Amino acid sequence: MSENIEDALPLEIHDLTVAYHKRPVLWGIDLEVPKGKLIGVIGPNGAGKSTLIKSTMGLLPWSSGWVKVFGKPVKDNLSRIGYVPQRESVDWDFPVSVMDVVLMGRYGRLGLMKRPGREDRDIARECLEKVQMLPYASRQISNLSGGQQQRVFLARALAQESDLYFMDEPFAGVDAATEAAIVTLLQELKEKGKTLIIVHHDLPTARNYFDMLLLLNMRVIAFGPTESVFKVDLLQNTYGGRLTILSEVAEEVRKKT
Amino acid sequence: MRRVLFILLLTAWPALLHAQQAGGVAGEGDHTMGGRFLRLFDLNDTGVSNMRRALLGAVFLGVSCGLLGSFIVVRRMALFGDTLSHAVLPGIMFGFLATGIVLVGAGGVISADDMVRSPLESFGAFWKNSGCSFEFRVEELTKNPVLIFVGATIAGLLGGAVVTFIRRATRLKEDVALGLVLAVFYAVGVVLLTRVQGLGSSEVTGLSGFMFGQAALLTDGDLKLMGAITVFAVGTVAIFYKELLLTSFDNSYAEAAGFPVRAIHYSLILLLAFSVVVALQAVGVVLVSAMLITPAATAYMLTDRMHRMLWLSMGFGIFAGVSGAFMSFFFDAPTGPFMVLGATLVFVVAFLFSPRHGVVTRWLRQYSRAAQVQRENTLKAVYHVLEARDFEGEGVSLRELAERRSETEEDASRLSAELARHHLATLHEDGNQVHLTPEGWQRACEIVRNHRLWELYLTNEAKIAPDHVHDDAEKIEHVLGEEVVRALERTLDHARIDPHGRPIPGLADLQAGLAPEGGPDHILGFGKRL
Repeated sequence: MSENIEDALPLEIHDLTVAYHKRPVLWGIDLEVPKGKLIGVIGPNGAGKSTLIKSTMGLLPWSSGWVKVFGKPVKDNLSRIGYVPQRESVDWDFPVSVMDVVLMGRYGRLGLMKRPGREDRDIARECLEKVQMLPYASRQISNLSGGQQQRVFLARALAQESDLYFMDEPFAGVDAATEAAIVTLLQELKEKGKTLIIVHHDLPTARNYFDMLLLLNMRVIAFGPTESVFKVDLLQNTYGGRLTILSEVAEEVRKKT
Repeated sequence: MRRVLFILLLTAWPALLHAQQAGGVAGEGDHTMGGRFLRLFDLNDTGVSNMRRALLGAVFLGVSCGLLGSFIVVRRMALFGDTLSHAVLPGIMFGFLATGIVLVGAGGVISADDMVRSPLESFGAFWKNSGCSFEFRVEELTKNPVLIFVGATIAGLLGGAVVTFIRRATRLKEDVALGLVLAVFYAVGVVLLTRVQGLGSSEVTGLSGFMFGQAALLTDGDLKLMGAITVFAVGTVAIFYKELLLTSFDNSYAEAAGFPVRAIHYSLILLLAFSVVVALQAVGVVLVSAMLITPAATAYMLTDRMHRMLWLSMGFGIFAGVSGAFMSFFFDAPTGPFMVLGATLVFVVAFLFSPRHGVVTRWLRQYSRAAQVQRENTLKAVYHVLEARDFEGEGVSLRELAERRSETEEDASRLSAELARHHLATLHEDGNQVHLTPEGWQRACEIVRNHRLWELYLTNEAKIAPDHVHDDAEKIEHVLGEEVVRALERTLDHARIDPHGRPIPGLADLQAGLAPEGGPDHILGFGKRL
């Protein structure tokens, strides 16, 4: 039985439709995500990239469809999902320290009413070390730079010790050093067999960072290995010719293939 | 922060106005302040046992409001708290009116008050009373804490539900919905209050206390209820602290981790309604939101950790409550305004003098920093004068200093007096000659060294033109720490000459001031000839 569960796909989405105020933003999404891959979700503004990962976790209501995580309905398997929300989604003046935030990653495992213990603190410290933020553990979070805030969020997700990770624009507004550190970390996680789904907005780097790409524009335009999906016509379909950057990238693609 | 200030202003203003309104805490007897104070020690005085009840009530409300208020402030729900607290007024009136409804039958009269106080007997009587009917009797009206509590809580939650409904059903935003609900619920409450006062019940005097607070009217029944609710609120927060913290900081993350965020949110609102109702009798509907916001806002300014904020906020809440109860006793006026004034006083003190963010603290810090920079600039000028004459002679005259700094001799005199006051220099010949002390000499060397090192660094490493580096170095020289200086010296290979060809003072120069005579040959200072 347990073998069955381990064999199950980390994420399986069938005919998922999501609407805001009755206006659909995602149409009939079908997705079967294999294990141990680093996957970039690419698409123009308003394509529903964040909506996709939020609704997958059940943060937004579905109009139709179902989502399975490791073979079980997502609601029953939330503990196997780690989440890095957008940095702007929280108030960074909130009176907590860096350590407090990373410990929050342990809360889901503790369940109701239990307090984090010594073991949780040790794990939180390890996670901070992995993102090189340990020296900042007792700092109040408002004193951090954008890149440091992102690392703290990452450490919090690591502390969840999940198998499937959703990250919403982890590279947005971070310095080059942080971006490089995050990429290394993502590779390490992937090598440990974790599956990572990352919303990304920068086309040129998407090509180098990810094993697989999901091209999204309200519906799935293409999903597959980066080399087979990063094609002019598919990108053109995704961005609908609206994006000037696309022509540059298309030119680059043409030259290299 | 600006929004919090605005709300504080809004709540403190009516407090000032209502503070003048009359209403007796002390009751009859000696009305001078000294007389009232002496009465505190008279055990047989009913006014004093009222006072004791008032103080205990103030502690309860300080704890519950301080605790829940902290979550209100960090969740940015301050306006919600305000609306909720006004929305309870009609509930209080209905709770009061409910006591007038009586069962009339063969077995006699059973009032709502009886039912709450002894439910079993009442039910038995009700059972025997077949063919009984309901009637409303003004003379049965009484202030029953439980009925008022239930009515107020229901009204508060109803207000919250209407806000949610308006927001969902229309395009209106939360603040508008809150404003609408606050106004209409309060209006209904005031209409009911005037109607109830017109009924001519002897109990009506107790009701006016709900507007501006009358801690002295607290009964033992009220206190028991307040105590129970406070214990319940503290217990709930203690047990679910982790969940409350997580959902307050990052609600969608909490939801993604599988926490029942909605249940947590509504539980918090229920607790908030409870704590509002706890505070009602003592603070009054109009000002209760200030007791939620002000102590918590004060605590928020003083600490960066949530658990400390909770403790501080409860402490300030208790202080505000107790001081308000005392003041109201002495001035013979409603309690609520004085509690709010007490809370605001703490807020103002924290706003001005908080160690990190206080306005006055910051201003003092800037002032002392500016004064230090000025002293250091004077030291630097003295050094430059000495350097210009190859460190011949020890003293620098005021005229030389003034010329160097392009200032008047009066300015130079003031600046050198400032140096003397900080033991960086001694003044000779009626204050006309400035001699640096060893400390002064050392600091002067450090500043000049910092300046020239930075210029050299900018020129050599950052490739900035030598004529562009001076202004930047003027600022940097005052803030470079010893560690950075060491790093700079290493990077620059212990260079001794700055981009403008002048020597950079080294460690030996700094120490030369300590032994002005007979220093080694290569040093620049008093002992040194190039």
